[in-house]
Amino acid sequence: MQPIFEVRNLKRAFGGLAVTNDVSLSMAPGDRVALIGPNGAGKTTFVNLVTGNLAPDSGEVRLNGETVTSIDAIGRVRRGLVRSFQVTRLFLDMTPAEHVALAVLQRDGRSGRLFGNFLAMPDVMDEVGQLLGKLGLRDLMHRKVSEIAYGQQRLLEIAVALALKPKVLLLDEPAAGVPQSDTGRIEQALADLPADLAVLMIEHDMDLVFRFAKRVIVLAAGAIIFDGSPSDVTQDPRVREAYLGSYANASHAA
Amino acid sequence: MSMTTTNDLIAETQGKRRFGASDLIGLGVILALAVVGYFLFPTNLALLTRIIAIALLVLSLDLVTGYCGVATLGHAALFGAGAYAAGIVSAHYGINDPFAMLAFGIAAGAVAGLICGAVILRAHGLPQLVLSIALIHLFHEFANKASSWTGGSDGLSGIAPSALFGLYEFDLWGRTAYVFGVVLLVLVFFVLRLIVRSPFGMLCRAIKEDPIRIRSMGASPKAALMKMYVISGAVAGVGGALNAISTQVVGLDSLSFTMSAESLVMLVLGGTGSLFGALTGTIVFMFFEDVVSAANPFHWLTMVGALLIAVVLFAPKGLYGTAAAFVARRREAK
Repeated sequence: MQPIFEVRNLKRAFGGLAVTNDVSLSMAPGDRVALIGPNGAGKTTFVNLVTGNLAPDSGEVRLNGETVTSIDAIGRVRRGLVRSFQVTRLFLDMTPAEHVALAVLQRDGRSGRLFGNFLAMPDVMDEVGQLLGKLGLRDLMHRKVSEIAYGQQRLLEIAVALALKPKVLLLDEPAAGVPQSDTGRIEQALADLPADLAVLMIEHDMDLVFRFAKRVIVLAAGAIIFDGSPSDVTQDPRVREAYLGSYANASHAA
Repeated sequence: MSMTTTNDLIAETQGKRRFGASDLIGLGVILALAVVGYFLFPTNLALLTRIIAIALLVLSLDLVTGYCGVATLGHAALFGAGAYAAGIVSAHYGINDPFAMLAFGIAAGAVAGLICGAVILRAHGLPQLVLSIALIHLFHEFANKASSWTGGSDGLSGIAPSALFGLYEFDLWGRTAYVFGVVLLVLVFFVLRLIVRSPFGMLCRAIKEDPIRIRSMGASPKAALMKMYVISGAVAGVGGALNAISTQVVGLDSLSFTMSAESLVMLVLGGTGSLFGALTGTIVFMFFEDVVSAANPFHWLTMVGALLIAVVLFAPKGLYGTAAAFVARRREAK
């Protein structure tokens, strides 16, 4: 299958330090990939390079066969590369319905319309109801985001991302900061992601990684040191050395 | 989801989306105040018309500051551009039809909005504020130097608007100008209510909260803010043109830093991010200023200062914002 998302020989250095060092990877539609690595491994820089918030020194990012390296972050989103944030970045004074509606209207090129209210647009409300319903947020759709629980805000982050109908979704620690009691809901939402969507998840919670990912990529000191199945990652000596530590001895094998 | 469910969702939200009760009450209040003002101050309609013109400036400022979070102390540039354009086409080109003068005022305000937006939106926070101050000084100085067009420090005179619809002369008592102003204010208010509730209005509120998040949704904050600046310029242009038509003179004060700063004070006094707040702030400030300066010509500025300190300390959301929050709390408590 033709890759939907490719990174070729991506390099970026700060000062003399190579923070992203010749990283290449490729994803096909429907892939579920987890990107892991110890603190300082260069995950955030990698996400910024890929999303267009940071320019690489060299290398290439391709989306659906098109080279997007010189296209800005907004252009990449419009081409289907969507990210969620590690710390929720929502509009606290707005409602979940407004968040999803704004994403839907933006995706359809209607967010600049000066007249009309989304609450009276059946097609928009249909999508808003569907998406929020699927994530269990329908009853809260008209509450202010500042009034809903953190776990629900994380779910709303996913809803906003999905409303943009991405081809590639970068999830930056989707369960970060969520109380244990609510992670089940997030995992369910991840399991329900569209089958043809390529998902790259950056995550520290190894249980979640093993349950979600079909493929794990390990980044250490800016370079990929492992790219393979979850069952092999804990056995890889370089990974054990660089990252997993005592976790490798645990009985987790997906 | 079936259409029935969507229809249910739409029905649930009917109260929120309609140009509904609160808007009608708002329009009713504006009209009632206009009628009361007309009968209470029949000899001072010029002041009331000026309040309307300034209210249009403050509404315009609310669009970029209250709804989009842009910091500016130079917003009178847009108002002054509208006033001078309406005045110049009448005084120099003999275009005296009030609607044509208004159209030139709107266009000039929009162009000034485009220019100011292009400069101001290049920065954020304090640098943005400094750019806005620089711009208002540049506009002021330009109007001062181009005296053959603007009359410089003497002001632009010779503005002679013809009768409205060929029927209603702009009389000495200012009745026609007042009614013209009230109608313009109601129309602008109606259009702005639609805009702030539109998808574009929602986009601007989101940009105010987090422009980076908006970029990650594929929208360009700068493009949206430029658009809002142009709309804001058009609204300020209406106010400027109204001022030129009603007073038949345009002075450099309409392009001044003082007027920019005062309009911001009025907005904060009423409450930012609400059209009603902008109107409340303008009316309260201008009436207070008029009444207090007449009552005590020596200490009126002290009293204006005291009022502002009291509002900022005890009603930080502004007079309207605080009252609205209080009503909302009472409703929730029930």
